[in-house]
Amino acid sequence: MSIKIANISKSYKKVNALKNISFEVKSGELFGLIGPDGAGKTTLFRILTTLLIANEGVASVAGFDVITDYKSIRKNVGYMPGKFSLYQDLTVEENLDFFATIFGTTIEENYDLIKDIYIQIEPFKNRRAGKLSGGMKQKLALCCALIHKPKVLFLDEPTTGVDPVSRKEFWEMLKRLQQKGITILVSTPYMDEAALCDRIALIQGGKILEIDTPAAIVKHYLKPIYNVSANNMYQLVNSLKAYEYNHSVYPFGEFVHYTDRRSDFNPAELKVYLESKKLSNITIEKTVATIEDTFMELAK
Amino acid sequence: MKTILYIIQKEFKQIFRNKGMLPIIFVLPLIQLIILSNAATFDVKNIKFGYVDHDHSSTSRELIEKFSASTYFNVHTDFPSEKLASQAMLNGEVDVVLEIPAYFERDLQKEKHNNLGVTINAIDGAAAGVENVYVTQIIQNFNKNLLVDLIQSSGSPKIQPINIVTIPSFWYNETLNYKTFMVPGILVLLVTMITLFLSGMNIVREKEIGTLEQINVTPIKKSQFIIGKLFPFWVIGLGLLTVGLTIAKLIFNIPIIGSLPLMYLYTSIYILVILGIGLFISNFTDTQQQAMFIAWFFTVIFILMSGLFTPIESMPKWAQIITEFNPIKYFVQVMRMVMLKGSGFMDILPLLLKTLFYAIVMNGLAIWSYKKTN
Repeated sequence: MSIKIANISKSYKKVNALKNISFEVKSGELFGLIGPDGAGKTTLFRILTTLLIANEGVASVAGFDVITDYKSIRKNVGYMPGKFSLYQDLTVEENLDFFATIFGTTIEENYDLIKDIYIQIEPFKNRRAGKLSGGMKQKLALCCALIHKPKVLFLDEPTTGVDPVSRKEFWEMLKRLQQKGITILVSTPYMDEAALCDRIALIQGGKILEIDTPAAIVKHYLKPIYNVSANNMYQLVNSLKAYEYNHSVYPFGEFVHYTDRRSDFNPAELKVYLESKKLSNITIEKTVATIEDTFMELAK
Repeated sequence: MKTILYIIQKEFKQIFRNKGMLPIIFVLPLIQLIILSNAATFDVKNIKFGYVDHDHSSTSRELIEKFSASTYFNVHTDFPSEKLASQAMLNGEVDVVLEIPAYFERDLQKEKHNNLGVTINAIDGAAAGVENVYVTQIIQNFNKNLLVDLIQSSGSPKIQPINIVTIPSFWYNETLNYKTFMVPGILVLLVTMITLFLSGMNIVREKEIGTLEQINVTPIKKSQFIIGKLFPFWVIGLGLLTVGLTIAKLIFNIPIIGSLPLMYLYTSIYILVILGIGLFISNFTDTQQQAMFIAWFFTVIFILMSGLFTPIESMPKWAQIITEFNPIKYFVQVMRMVMLKGSGFMDILPLLLKTLFYAIVMNGLAIWSYKKTN
């Protein structure tokens, strides 16, 4: 086990950020922590990276206890905070060199680990970090977090505010790092990224809702789910919400995801109802549940 | 050790890349030294002088002549009446009004004594005191000459004027040059302000931009980090002292009688105190702005209570006790002692020990309050 968390609770003055959280991450796993803003993801990261001490519970990273053995953890983990936190007035190379030196290593020593990523920013190695684009900053931060060859990598919302192309690239990089035997704990508010993890934990309000593989989590959603569309989206949502048998109604792109409370639900019946609400171009199709549907259902 | 060296190197790079900070470190202090040393003077000159002469005799004219001859007084106006003179003082046109009574010459010859009225604008108490001394000196001088004249004219050889003459000799600053007194003090101010502000803002800056969090997840030790962060400012502080001393010598020609190594020894310990205070401030603040305000607050108190502008001896007892906790006071004393009096190691040893003690306490507090985990 690479990360073990048992009954961790943390409260700030008035807010309970984490409530009795327990889970484990296997060695070499790409584990996703999925949840909205304020769910407690960053607090959990800060506890695991020894920046914060939990009120209750025990946790260990790479076999070291977060309290008693925090020094060993600091040598063996890489942490990339959500906010870009490298020296903006140092160049790309200087930043990397700095982190290599304080970890007692050199760029050359672990170059093979960061090579794939570093060659993309190498043309800008004499540019100040503050002058890089968002995606470049992300890559540099990842390089700095990897330069000492960590056993466990913590990435706190690494793709927030990054364009879709860079996001995709970033996840491909993570997959490659995983193949090199690094355990990765990544948090994200994006549900589509969740499907790329080996296992995910859905977290909300400081509580873990569900832990499983993305494929299995979707299967937890038992109710048949329907894509509903019509000419007027706003009125459609309102009408569906007013429908007496509705179980859940969530806008989802160009459709509305609808589930019914009855087990013998007939789409034709719903269509008649919607037509009576003066909606046209109505389509109702059965669809498969996504992680987002599951999350919304669990978070209800 | 390698880590510390690398952090120091990184700090210097960052300092020299900070375009806003460089002039603050190197240009402003020099301007400050040059301007303040020339402007901040307690010499009272160009006193606006007016008089009301009710006598219009040769003796009264002679007295007024004495005032015009003095370099301290600008004789402006002859007021026809006392009322007009008061009005002029109210308007700020004159600082000192001398009133010569009617029959001044006659009464002086007849009764051998007379009274003069002197009115001084005393809004600035210190200046008024100095003006009073000047006026008294001129009148006494005039009086002495007059006495001789009277004795001669009366032709009586029996009366001999008895005079006790005091010849003051001013040690350590023979010409009473105000700059000799101020420059070492302002040098202190400069070294203190720059090192305190920079060190106070420095670690907070890492907090503000989030790099501290990243640093905290590394195996770097807090002592390494603190030494690496503060050492550059220790160097900058000593650099400022060097530049300041050079200017003092070249531009102001201030005598540097004492030993330079002694000054550097004391300053190097003194800067440790200031860096400790800076670090302490940065531990309790979250933004550079907060750190700046707190640093500013302490500097103002420290400076005003340092004996730099006003003598500590004339402060109330409680204030004198407070100044014991003021590191700037010690620095000002040491600089003036060593530079102007040529004091040796044994003379400043008590001050040196107090400063060293202060440095240990301040840095101990600062390191204790600096936490890597919260």
